[in-house]
Amino acid sequence: MQSKPGANYTHAGSIHASDKNMALQNARDTYTRRGEGTSIWVVPTSAIVASNPDDNEMFFDPSNDKIYRLPTFYVMPEGAKAI
Amino acid sequence: MALIHSYRLSEWCSNGPILEEDLALTNFALDMLGRAQALLKYAGEVEGIGHTEDDLAYRRGERRFLNPLIAELPNGDFAQSMARMLYIGAFENLLYTELLKSKDETLAAIAGKAIKEIRYHLSHAADWVIRLGDGTAESHDKMQRAINDMWTYTGDMFDMSSEETKLANDGIAVNTISLLPSWNAQIGKVLAEATLTMPTDGYMQSGSLSGVHTEHLGHILSEMQYLQRAYPDASW
Repeated sequence: MQSKPGANYTHAGSIHASDKNMALQNARDTYTRRGEGTSIWVVPTSAIVASNPDDNEMFFDPSNDKIYRLPTFYVMPEGAKAI
Repeated sequence: MALIHSYRLSEWCSNGPILEEDLALTNFALDMLGRAQALLKYAGEVEGIGHTEDDLAYRRGERRFLNPLIAELPNGDFAQSMARMLYIGAFENLLYTELLKSKDETLAAIAGKAIKEIRYHLSHAADWVIRLGDGTAESHDKMQRAINDMWTYTGDMFDMSSEETKLANDGIAVNTISLLPSWNAQIGKVLAEATLTMPTDGYMQSGSLSGVHTEHLGHILSEMQYLQRAYPDASW
């Protein structure tokens, strides 16, 4: 779901449908009732490639212990006002 | 028609075949209720004796309701509700497209808002009729039966009173009789895609123009109007 033109799409939820058109309509009827969005993408569950929770250590842990990956690790140079 | 059709669709609440459809139908009911509110509010203003939209919805006698009969028929099964929504949607799509050109600015403005909703309702109903008609043998049979059963109630949507004819001639209302060929063509197209047979013209029910209804409207009104009848001016 895109809240306004140019914004990133965020996941709104899941719906059941038997074809593409029905999926789009069901998504519209279920998730845009109070002006939440201006554009919808629907994707069949079977087309989603998901990470395996068993791989979480391998996938996600390595980024947690390297503080130099975060911008706050670096000292702001004096006089660099535009950053 | 918007008010009574809205009431019927709201009866699908918690009874839809799947959650998504349940939400869709009740949302359509809310769309139609909003349209009914706008139309009745304006009707009260034109009438000029102080009736609000609530007075006209909740305190009007059965014989003063002029909605086409098709709107008040019971929901039946899902196929029947979709057949009705297709018939009404195709009619309203043509009617409100014409109303956009009305010389009456308020009616044209109401039509401008309503037409977007109506197009969606129509496409939703047409998709289901095609899906069920061109589905399994059972869904095809049920859809065909629904299309046939509702057919005799489609005629009086196009009937016009002398007042309506006069308003249509003045460019305010719409000459509904002239919409019939386009309506037939649109319905024929959907039914052909749905591999369904279009019913042949036969006897058409009528009576709504003089407020003569099926037995179902009274039951609707007894429930819909109960609160304002039992507790006049109740509010919360």
